[in-house]
Amino acid sequence: MTRRLAALAALLLATPASAETIAIVDARLMTMTGAGEISRGTIVIRDGRIAALGAGVPVPAGARIIDGRGGVVTPGFVQADSTLGAVEVSQVPTSADRATHSAAISAGFDISLGLNPDSILLPVSRLAGITHAVTTPLYDDQGGRRLQFAGQAAVIDLAQRPQMVTRPRAAMVLEMGEGGAERAGGARGSAIVELRTTLADVRHFAAHRAAYDRGEGRPQTLSRVDLEALVPVAEGRMPLIVKVDRASDIREMIAFAREERLRIIVDGAGEGWRVADEIAAAQVPVILDPLADLPRSFSELGATMDNAARLHAAGVTVVIKTGSGVAHRARELRYGAGNAVAWGLPHDAAVAAITINPARVFGVADRIGSLQAGRVADLVLWNGDPLEPLSQPQAVFVEGVEKPLTARPLELRDRYMPRP
Amino acid sequence: MASMMKHLGGACIALLSLTAAGAAIAAHGAPDDPFPATYRPAASASLAIVGATVLTGTGAEIADATLLIADGKIEAVGAMLPVPEGYARVDGRGKWVTPGIIDAHSHLGVYASPATPSHEDGNGAVAPNTAEVWAEHSVWPQDPKFRLARAGGVTSLMILPGSANLFGGRSVTLKNVPSVTTQGMKFPGAPYGLKIACGENPKRVYGSKGRSPATRMGNVAGYRKAWIDAADYLRRQDRWEAGGKVGDPPKRDLQLETLAGVLRGEILVQNHCYRADEMAVMIDVAREFGFSIRAFHHANEAYKIAPLLAKEDICVATWANSWGAKMESLDGIEENAPMIDAAGGCAIIHSDDGLLIQRLNQEAGIAMTAANHAGLPVSRGEAIRWITANPAKAMGIADKVGTLEPGKMADVVLWSANPFSVYALADRVWVDGVIQWDRSDPRYQGPSDFVVGQPGQGFAR
Repeated sequence: MTRRLAALAALLLATPASAETIAIVDARLMTMTGAGEISRGTIVIRDGRIAALGAGVPVPAGARIIDGRGGVVTPGFVQADSTLGAVEVSQVPTSADRATHSAAISAGFDISLGLNPDSILLPVSRLAGITHAVTTPLYDDQGGRRLQFAGQAAVIDLAQRPQMVTRPRAAMVLEMGEGGAERAGGARGSAIVELRTTLADVRHFAAHRAAYDRGEGRPQTLSRVDLEALVPVAEGRMPLIVKVDRASDIREMIAFAREERLRIIVDGAGEGWRVADEIAAAQVPVILDPLADLPRSFSELGATMDNAARLHAAGVTVVIKTGSGVAHRARELRYGAGNAVAWGLPHDAAVAAITINPARVFGVADRIGSLQAGRVADLVLWNGDPLEPLSQPQAVFVEGVEKPLTARPLELRDRYMPRP
Repeated sequence: MASMMKHLGGACIALLSLTAAGAAIAAHGAPDDPFPATYRPAASASLAIVGATVLTGTGAEIADATLLIADGKIEAVGAMLPVPEGYARVDGRGKWVTPGIIDAHSHLGVYASPATPSHEDGNGAVAPNTAEVWAEHSVWPQDPKFRLARAGGVTSLMILPGSANLFGGRSVTLKNVPSVTTQGMKFPGAPYGLKIACGENPKRVYGSKGRSPATRMGNVAGYRKAWIDAADYLRRQDRWEAGGKVGDPPKRDLQLETLAGVLRGEILVQNHCYRADEMAVMIDVAREFGFSIRAFHHANEAYKIAPLLAKEDICVATWANSWGAKMESLDGIEENAPMIDAAGGCAIIHSDDGLLIQRLNQEAGIAMTAANHAGLPVSRGEAIRWITANPAKAMGIADKVGTLEPGKMADVVLWSANPFSVYALADRVWVDGVIQWDRSDPRYQGPSDFVVGQPGQGFAR
C-alpha cells in the first residue's frame, strides 16, 4: 500500500470531534522518528492531524494555544499485553471477554469482536497517557490448562468510540515453557511436538480445504475455525506471540520459528538477557515487564531488573508492559518504563518501548507511535518527565481527538473531597 | 563466600542464644513468648551521613543535613551538625535519607518464591476461624523476596496470614535481615496482630464449599460468635486468676487465646476490609465486644469515611494504584491515603505484593502527586510517613522505629535521588546501624540460599 493510500485510509478512520486548529507550544517533542527530540518545539494540529511540528514552526492565526510550559510531548503510549476493553472487574467473569474455555474455539478466538468502548478502564488508562492497547487474550484455565492457543490479539484505541479496533487479529497468542508443557500433557518435549503437528495440520488443511469440507482427508484435532485462524500464522503472515521465560525455552522457540518459518514475538522473556545476542540475531522482538525480577517460577530464576537494558544493548527491539493482563493497573506502564531507565535502559529507548516499538511490532507504526507531520494527532503533553510518578498529563489526544482528563475514580474523589 | 558467612554472622550468634532464652509464663497461664525473637544486631561503628536531604518521618524535610548514628540508634539529625570524632563519614551530598521503609502488609516467606504449591503457606482455607495459626510458623526465611525488599529500602515488615478466613491467624513483625531462622528476624518486642477478613474472600471460599459464611451477614455472625466464645474464655481465665489460681487452670485453647489477647489489648487487630459500609460495621462489632481495630487493610473505600476512621483512630493501609480486581475494590482511587491524611487520620501505603514491596517509595509518590494535582497539598515530609511512621504505629512499634528521632533504632535508607522519583534506588540500607544492603558492594547483596548457584545470583536485581 502506498503511503498516500495509507494516509487516506487513516483519514477515513479518524473522525475528529471538531474541525479546529490547535497549537501546543513550548514543549520538548519526543518524536520517536529520525528527528529525535526537539527542544522548545511547537506542534500544530489541524482537524485532528499533525499539520506541522518543529522548533521554529509559526502558530497559525486563530489557533487554540496549549501552553506546554516547558513540558514534554510524547506519542500516545501503547499498552502491550493488555486486556483493556475486554474486562471491567477482573473477578466478575460476566464483565470480562478476555478468555474462552470453548474447546472448539482456541486459536479462533477473536478478541476484537465484542469489545466495550464504554469501559471505565479506558479513561483511567488515558490518564497515564495510554492511547492504544494491544488487547490480548488470556487463557481461561478454570478447567485446567487444556487449550493450546489463547486466541488472537487486537490493537485498539482508547477514544471510546464504537469503532475502537485499530488492527484486528494482529497476533496469535501461544504459551510455551512451563504452561505450554502442562497444556500438552506435562512436558516441554510434548508441547513442541504438538505445536509442530498442529502446524503440519494447518498447512495440510490450507492446501486441502475442499477435501476437508467434504469430510475427506486426514482427521484433524483442531476445529475448522481454529485451523483457519492458524493459516496466516503457519504462512508467516501473522506474528505468533510466544509466552516463554526460561533462556532455553527462548532459544528453543527461536530455532523452531526458523525451521517452521514463523514470525514470533517473545512475551515474558524473564531470562531474555541470557540469550540476548541470539534474540537480536534472529530479529525477534521481546515484550517484557521490567519490574518482573522475582524468581516466580523455575523458568524465571534468572529474572532481573536490568533485563530490558541488557536486551536493548544487544540490539533487541524491546516492548515494555506492566502487570500482564492487569488492565486496571495500566497506569503503571510509564513507571515500569521509568524503572527500566533506573536500571540502565536509555530514557529515549524506554519511551520507544511504549510507543514506536509496540506500534512497529504490531503493524500500526504507519498510524501511531511517533510524532510526524501528516499523521493523526495521537499524543500526550506532560508537565515533566513522562516516566515519573511526579509528572501528570496536561492534554491527551487519541486518534485526533482531545480527550478530557477525567475518569470515574476522579469523579469519586471529587464526590468525597471535603469542601472548604 | 567468606563475606556471606560474615554477613550472616549476626544470625548465627542469634541462633546460639535461642536455647538460652526461657519461656516466661504470663499471668493468664499461657507462655508469654514461646517463640522468642533471637535477632540481636551486630555491633556497629558510629556513623555520620553528611550533606543529604533528610525526610525525618516526623513531617520534616531538612536540606544539607547531618544524621548521626551511634550504638545502632539514631543520635541526632539536623542541619549543620558537627560530626564528632571517630564517626565514619558517609557522603550524602545529592542524595536523600529516610527512615527504613516499613511494610504493614506483606506475605513474604508465607508465599515464597518460586510459587510452587510447596510454598503456599499463607492461607489455611480449611475453616473460617483459624485464629490459632501463627504466620511465623509458615515463614521461610530463604524466600528470595526478602533481599529484593531490602534492596527497596524495607527494614521492617508485618507478615500476615491470607484473607480466606474470617480469622486468619496471628501476624508476625520481622526485621528485614538475612537469617536462617524466623526467630532470627523477629522484631524484638513487637506485638502480635490478628488478621481478620471482611467481605468477598471468606464468603466466596466457604460459600463455595456449601457452608457458612456464604454471605456478608454470615461473615458478621461468624465474628460475633467467635467474640462471644473469646469473652467467655477470658472470663474463665480471669476468674481462675482472681480466685487465687486454686485448682487446675482452665484448659488452654490456642484459637481463643489469640482472640482473648485482642480483648486484653495485647494483640492488634489488622482487618482486611475494602468497603466503607463494612468498615463501619466492623467498628460496631469491635465496640460490642470492647476491643479496638488498629488498622483496616486494603480499604479501597476508606476515603468515603475518612472522618470516622480518624475519630476512631484506626489506621488505613492501602495502595495508590490497585483497584478493580473485584467488586469490593471497584471504587479505589489514587488519593485514598492522602484523603485519610487530610482528615487527620493515619494513612499507610502497603504492598501486599512481592513486587510492590520493592517500590513502596514510588507508590507513595504516586499518591502524593495525585493529591497535589487534586488540590490537596501533601509535602514530601508528610508523604514519607505513609511508609515509615504510620505503618510503625499500626504495627505497634512506633516507639522504636519509623522516624529518625534520637533514641530510635537506626533503620535508615540512603537513596540515590528524591525517593518519590522512579529513578531513586536505595544505595545503602542500615538496620539497627548495621549495613544490610549496599548497591555498590556485593558483600551486602548476598542472595538467599535458594538463589545460590542459580542463574543471575550475582545480580543486585
